Amino acid sequence: MAFYIVQFLTGLASAASLFLVASGLSIIFGVTRIVNFAHGAFYMLGAYVAFTLTERFSGAFGFWGGILVAALAVAAIGVLVEMVLLRRIYHSPELFQLLATFGLTLMVEDLVVLIWGPDDLVGRRAPGFKGAIDFFGQNIPSYDLFLIVLGPVVLGVLWLLFQRTRWGVLVRAATQDRDMVAALGVNQKWLFTSVFALGVFLAALGGALQIPRDAVNHAMDLRVIVEVFVVVVIGGLGSIIGAFVAAVLVSELNAFGILIFPKISIILVFLVMAVVLIVRPWGLFGKPEAPARRTPGLTVNPWRPLTVNERLAAIAVLVVAAALPFVAGNYLLTVGSEIAIFVIFAVSLHFLMSVGGLASFGHAAYFGLGAYGVALLAKMVGLPMIACLLLGPLLGLMGAAVFGFFAVQLSGVYFAMLTLAFAQIVWSIAFQWVSVTGGDNGILGVWPEKWAASPSHFYWLSLGIAALAVVILRIIVFSPFGFALRATRDSPLRSEAIGINGKRIQWTAFVIAGTVAGLAGALFAYLKGSVFPDNMGISLSVDALVMVLLGGVETVSGAVVGAIVYKALNIWLVSQTDLSKLVLGGFVVLIVVAFPKGIVGTLEAYMHRRRKSSSSAPSPLLTSRIESAE
Amino acid sequence: MKLTVKDLNSFYGPAHILFDIALEVGEGEVVALLGRNGAGKSTTFRSIVGLVENRSGRVMFEGRDVSDLPTHAIVRGGLGYVPEERRIFTDLTVEENLEVGRQPKRPGAPQWDREKLFKLFPNLGEMRSRPGGRMSGGEQQMLTIARTLMGNPSLVLLDEPSEGLSPKIVEQMVDAILAMKKEGVSIVVSEQNLHFARLISDRAYIIERGRICFGGTMAELDARPDVRDAHLSL
Ligand SMILES: Nc1ncnc2c1ncn2[C@@H]1O[C@H](COP(=O)(O)OP(=O)(O)O)[C@@H](O)[C@H]1O
Ligand SMILES: [Mg+2]
Repeated sequence: MAFYIVQFLTGLASAASLFLVASGLSIIFGVTRIVNFAHGAFYMLGAYVAFTLTERFSGAFGFWGGILVAALAVAAIGVLVEMVLLRRIYHSPELFQLLATFGLTLMVEDLVVLIWGPDDLVGRRAPGFKGAIDFFGQNIPSYDLFLIVLGPVVLGVLWLLFQRTRWGVLVRAATQDRDMVAALGVNQKWLFTSVFALGVFLAALGGALQIPRDAVNHAMDLRVIVEVFVVVVIGGLGSIIGAFVAAVLVSELNAFGILIFPKISIILVFLVMAVVLIVRPWGLFGKPEAPARRTPGLTVNPWRPLTVNERLAAIAVLVVAAALPFVAGNYLLTVGSEIAIFVIFAVSLHFLMSVGGLASFGHAAYFGLGAYGVALLAKMVGLPMIACLLLGPLLGLMGAAVFGFFAVQLSGVYFAMLTLAFAQIVWSIAFQWVSVTGGDNGILGVWPEKWAASPSHFYWLSLGIAALAVVILRIIVFSPFGFALRATRDSPLRSEAIGINGKRIQWTAFVIAGTVAGLAGALFAYLKGSVFPDNMGISLSVDALVMVLLGGVETVSGAVVGAIVYKALNIWLVSQTDLSKLVLGGFVVLIVVAFPKGIVGTLEAYMHRRRKSSSSAPSPLLTSRIESAE
Repeated sequence: MKLTVKDLNSFYGPAHILFDIALEVGEGEVVALLGRNGAGKSTTFRSIVGLVENRSGRVMFEGRDVSDLPTHAIVRGGLGYVPEERRIFTDLTVEENLEVGRQPKRPGAPQWDREKLFKLFPNLGEMRSRPGGRMSGGEQQMLTIARTLMGNPSLVLLDEPSEGLSPKIVEQMVDAILAMKKEGVSIVVSEQNLHFARLISDRAYIIERGRICFGGTMAELDARPDVRDAHLSL
């Protein structure tokens, strides 16, 4: 019994930090409507800065002062970020806000390694809370007790701040109707900045307070952000009480989940989240949101099947690409295969994101599942390559079917958070279930059979499958199913009214996209001869998003162009610098701020303007297509 | 002049809504902006306080050009705005709603505080800690006006204050507006209801399809039944 109580208390102690970070995220979202993906990065920065300060200044004053100063310093960085970056994107579509803050996370990860080095840092114990208390033969660290008390105290302070101060009243008013607050003479800019500062302060404090419990490392941002997303999905985005209750719930589930499923404790949390989503999609303490601002891809650049000329051009390009083995060496062919594979991956995400209006932040999960599917079938069952290529993606399909079912219950930022959390769950299963997946060591020796083994043959295989995937997805886009999907994206209510089952359609799209991504992953496994948990990692999900964005969200061919340009750049970049995340993150931020339409979108806008000046009327056929879709 | 609007043109996307609007409001005056539904009254108000992004023209308030200031700065300068949709903060109590509107005292402008407003709107005084979402339409209308007065404005734009209210509440509204006038607040009130406007206004403009097509005293308007019948549905 005593053991369980101690386990319970440990859970409560973990809840404190989680609550701080989650409440910060919720407060920021409430007013600015931005889900700050960089929140984990601020948490991590808080821990690192606190580590440095508490090492530098000794004594109790040095420790507690260091923690507080660290949180304040990181909050100051947050203010800078808000003023320089966020103010430019408050009116952008959600997807761009998520991506920009995500780009920031990537940059911080590399910067942290640059400044503090790649190794784990173990901070010192809290003065006054170094010992442990004996509880019927079990030890409870006294620092844990401190945290257990701290959580409710912070909750109380926040409550007073929001209920009893003018600032709190203004924030609550702005949460409901920020324009009206401005129309009463309140400068929103500073309200937003101060809210962001408070949110970041809480995140950084959460991180700083962890140093006596946990080593500081450069992966803690993603670990915490996934947990925080789970917390706010369960508790309800925007609710501080919800954040508190859900933080306790999630921490307890983790604490006891370890006892039930020692290897994959995260499953328990996932199950609870699934139940909450079905019963109350907006969370335990949240309110149903008005339909969120739309994800991009909806401004009405009417889509059309290719003209005859364009088809011929596409075939010509394909023929030229197929001729590559006659001129290029092995290295270039391997690069070519990889690019073809990423074209498949990018078009699958593009399909989900632009056609379906569902921006997934965890698409790599299905890529990785396809790769693991192949590896498991080839190594454990010993199936031939063709069979593996056909069956491997089914693992992606199954993953997409399970997670997609829950994900499409939500939309907008909730969808993004949930897909990210799912991907992270899949990743941690691959990472932790060593007996099956090999854990961090991955599965090696997944080589193609002789007929596909030479670089040129494998290149042709990849290119052929890529072309096939693009064609099939395009056919789907312009099929009745594609129209129904777009109708659901553009106007969920109206399409329900004409008898379209929106959720079912979106679920199907999710499964299609997941399967195609799985196919890409299957090929990738054979290309590399191995699979690793990173094949389903977050940075791969972000890669895919950037490819689509780079090409242009609003165009059908954008994903193909984006994948080619991005992957080529990426392979080159990785060979040039160790700071690829820093560059990639900066690149993402730059695209969002400066070129939101992407390459193909920008080109098309340019061509459109030229065409318009020669023949003024837009083709009525094109516009009528969109209408018929609704 | 308290407020002078010149050559105001406004757009929603590609749609041109207001055409060369010109208005003048004198110190302590109550001026009605009359027009049918969709004529452009609300758009005129929203443009004056900078809530319509795409606009051109000049707005002079107390001799200062405020055309290019952001909304909050215009309002802070003493130009209060009461929107048509009321936009009460439903989660906030009556007192908290008033708190959002509170601004520092402004020399030369009438001063308001909670107690003074509760005297003007006795209903509100009886429900100080009721959430805005649990009030009747008339109570909400009074609360929006009170909320704007908390900013100590010297001029208030009132968008259709009588809309959807029962005759009894409308009567209270007339009293409240006259009391505001007596305190020295200049008022522009938009209305479709000529009878209501007549009870409170010194002068009137008529707006039709985004253009001002009449301006004069109430007596002058009464002398022109043709104008009245052509542009107002009575
Ligand atoms: N947000 C908006 N977007 C586009 N058109 C609008 C918008 N608001 C009003 N309009 C149009 O502008 C015109 C004037 O509207 P409004 O100023 O609200 O009139 P009034 O207040 O006199 O009833 C109407 O034709 C209306 O349809
Ligand atoms: Mg109106």
